[in-house]
Amino acid sequence: MTDQDKILAEVTQSDYKYGFFTDIETEIIEKGLNEDVIRTIWEKKNEPDFMLDFRLDAYRKWQKMKMPNWAYLKVPPFDFQSISYYAAPKKKPKYQSLDEVDPELLETFKKLGIPLDEQKHLAGVAVDAVIDSVSVKTTFKEVLAEKGIIFCSFSEALQEHPELVRKYIGQSVPVADNFFAALNSAVFSDGSFCYIPKGVRCPMELSTYFRINAANTGQFERTLIVADDDSYVSYLEGCTAPMRDENQLHAAVVEIIALDRAEVKYSTVQNWYPGDKNGKGGVYNFVTKRGICRGESSKISWTQVETGSAITWKYPSCILLGDNSIGEFNSVAVTNNHQQADTGSKMIHIGKNTKSTIVSKGISAGKSDNSYRGLVKVMPGASNSRNFSQCDSLLLNDTCGAHTFPYIEVGNKSSIVEHEATTSKIGEDQIFYCNQRGIDTEKAIGMIVNGYAKEVLNKLPMEFAVEAQKLLQISLEGSVG
Amino acid sequence: MLSIKNLYVSIEGKEILKGINLEIKPGEIHAIMGPNGSGKSTLANVLAGKEEYEVTEGEITFMGEDLLEMAPEERALKGVFMSFQYPVEIPGVPMVNFLKTAVNELRKYRGEEELTAGEFLKLMREKKELVELDTQLTNRSVNEGFSGGEKKKNEIFQMALLEPKLSILDETDSGLDIDALKRVAHGVNALRNPENATIVVTHYQRLLEYIVPDFVHVLYQGKIVKSSGKELAFELEEKGYDWIKQENGL
Repeated sequence: MTDQDKILAEVTQSDYKYGFFTDIETEIIEKGLNEDVIRTIWEKKNEPDFMLDFRLDAYRKWQKMKMPNWAYLKVPPFDFQSISYYAAPKKKPKYQSLDEVDPELLETFKKLGIPLDEQKHLAGVAVDAVIDSVSVKTTFKEVLAEKGIIFCSFSEALQEHPELVRKYIGQSVPVADNFFAALNSAVFSDGSFCYIPKGVRCPMELSTYFRINAANTGQFERTLIVADDDSYVSYLEGCTAPMRDENQLHAAVVEIIALDRAEVKYSTVQNWYPGDKNGKGGVYNFVTKRGICRGESSKISWTQVETGSAITWKYPSCILLGDNSIGEFNSVAVTNNHQQADTGSKMIHIGKNTKSTIVSKGISAGKSDNSYRGLVKVMPGASNSRNFSQCDSLLLNDTCGAHTFPYIEVGNKSSIVEHEATTSKIGEDQIFYCNQRGIDTEKAIGMIVNGYAKEVLNKLPMEFAVEAQKLLQISLEGSVG
Repeated sequence: MLSIKNLYVSIEGKEILKGINLEIKPGEIHAIMGPNGSGKSTLANVLAGKEEYEVTEGEITFMGEDLLEMAPEERALKGVFMSFQYPVEIPGVPMVNFLKTAVNELRKYRGEEELTAGEFLKLMREKKELVELDTQLTNRSVNEGFSGGEKKKNEIFQMALLEPKLSILDETDSGLDIDALKRVAHGVNALRNPENATIVVTHYQRLLEYIVPDFVHVLYQGKIVKSSGKELAFELEEKGYDWIKQENGL
């Protein structure tokens, strides 16, 4: 082993920074899943009637489905009856001020660096913090309400705006879309809801932090974002999970609906617990994220920085239904140790003159496997459509893997689809050049990797980009604070 | 400052350097000349600490310390600088960030305050003039899209920023037109002082018209076969390397 490999091995095997556990009294229902459990969830959450039908429909369809096995992932068998499908902090989280919130919970947020306090008001970030499925506090709701923007927990939306939820839920991701989406539709506990009215530009970045806390509870978040005609919103999602030995299942659904000339930017920084150096523990992340550009000239862009989870199965997609609509997907996915990621995007061109761009940057270290899987489908009616896809892979050593599975279907003759792919190993000459200028190998790798991912990082909102850069460094280095 | 004693170096089992001896004092400029494949670049890379070279025998001391024991970045921080023959490109990393990191690593090592962005930009403007580096270049990614001449100027610009004790210029003249060559030489001469030393590794005598060496060493088949004053460079240019071969009965 050369010195460089040794350093690479050391720095890429750092421990998870967010591995702490908050001891909060939690109300958990019995393990297992059946129609009674679904009724219990529905009752506990005091939801409108249509939700029971929605949940039961999803559950019945889910029962007939099988877990997908086409991804380049080794998923250990999972017993869906062995987990509890509902966990909520016991003290009912309805607070007027922060002083009333469980101090331990606040401590957790502090460790995560969540901007829940008033000073963050100045930073212009509104946060809907989700801890084990129940929304604890939503900030800046009043400010947003002035503009008619609804930004609240999913439960709250079901209480206060049931007609909106009913109208849009399941439009992008139908209940039986896939195994995990169906499961989510049946049992989802909470999440975020966002509605931007006609002609409104949301004045701040909307942000949600997800965090898995209680042991052995799956987390089933659901996010629904609706941008009405001529509106704009930028939405940020950040995820962390405490360190645990048992694997935890996470099956979220994110739906975006963009109406005429509306634009939605959705940015994710995901660092769920990836498991330890030996591949023990970690989050299983099976997420369905899909946006539908329903209106003409609408735009949806997904930007993600993925450094966590033991297993990632995730394909944020755009259905370009409206004429002249635009879909974008920008991704950096880092895998280390024994992590596995099968991620990418789907762009379905239905409307005329629709455009899509896919930029995927994979970074593999340790003994991990990192796959890009993408589908670009241009329907016969989507004349003059364009897609450009670029998939780059960077390998940090000889023991990791990078794979690319692009699928392209073009149904008409006036559309143009381009795909470019590269695979490279981190350059020893680049590292040496940095060393020769007094920069140590750890810093050099951080710098080179950030440079490699820059195109995507630049798409993130400023404060998120800085965090993402640090995260990239942390996931590949030993310099954990 | 630098003392090389009986240095033997192999790469992948093949012996390249076979017993090099060299003494360099502060204030001196030494030229290492020799035909292709004589081991010039190997010597430069061994001094900088490139990994794939294996030192099988001999020692190198720098400022009284064992250089071979040090990691490449440690050598750099202690004042060894190499101007690369082929400076590598690092896509996506702006030159200015790269340089600021390098300068501040050095300052940290010396126990000095790190420079703020403003202070650094000021320093950079000053040093740029020395080699007349195009202002736009520092906004680009490290060496990306630089012409051959720009890359070499950029190396000397970095030397000016880092103010090393010992500079090794590895074939800095290759690929330069006469104007760029003069510019680079001007930069090197301006940075010269009684405290630092320079090793100029080159195939041709051309560069040495502008950077005048105190000593010229001819490297041939892994050995220094002739050492003399600057006149040796001209003699070599006139008679060619065959003369050295004949003189040494090779």
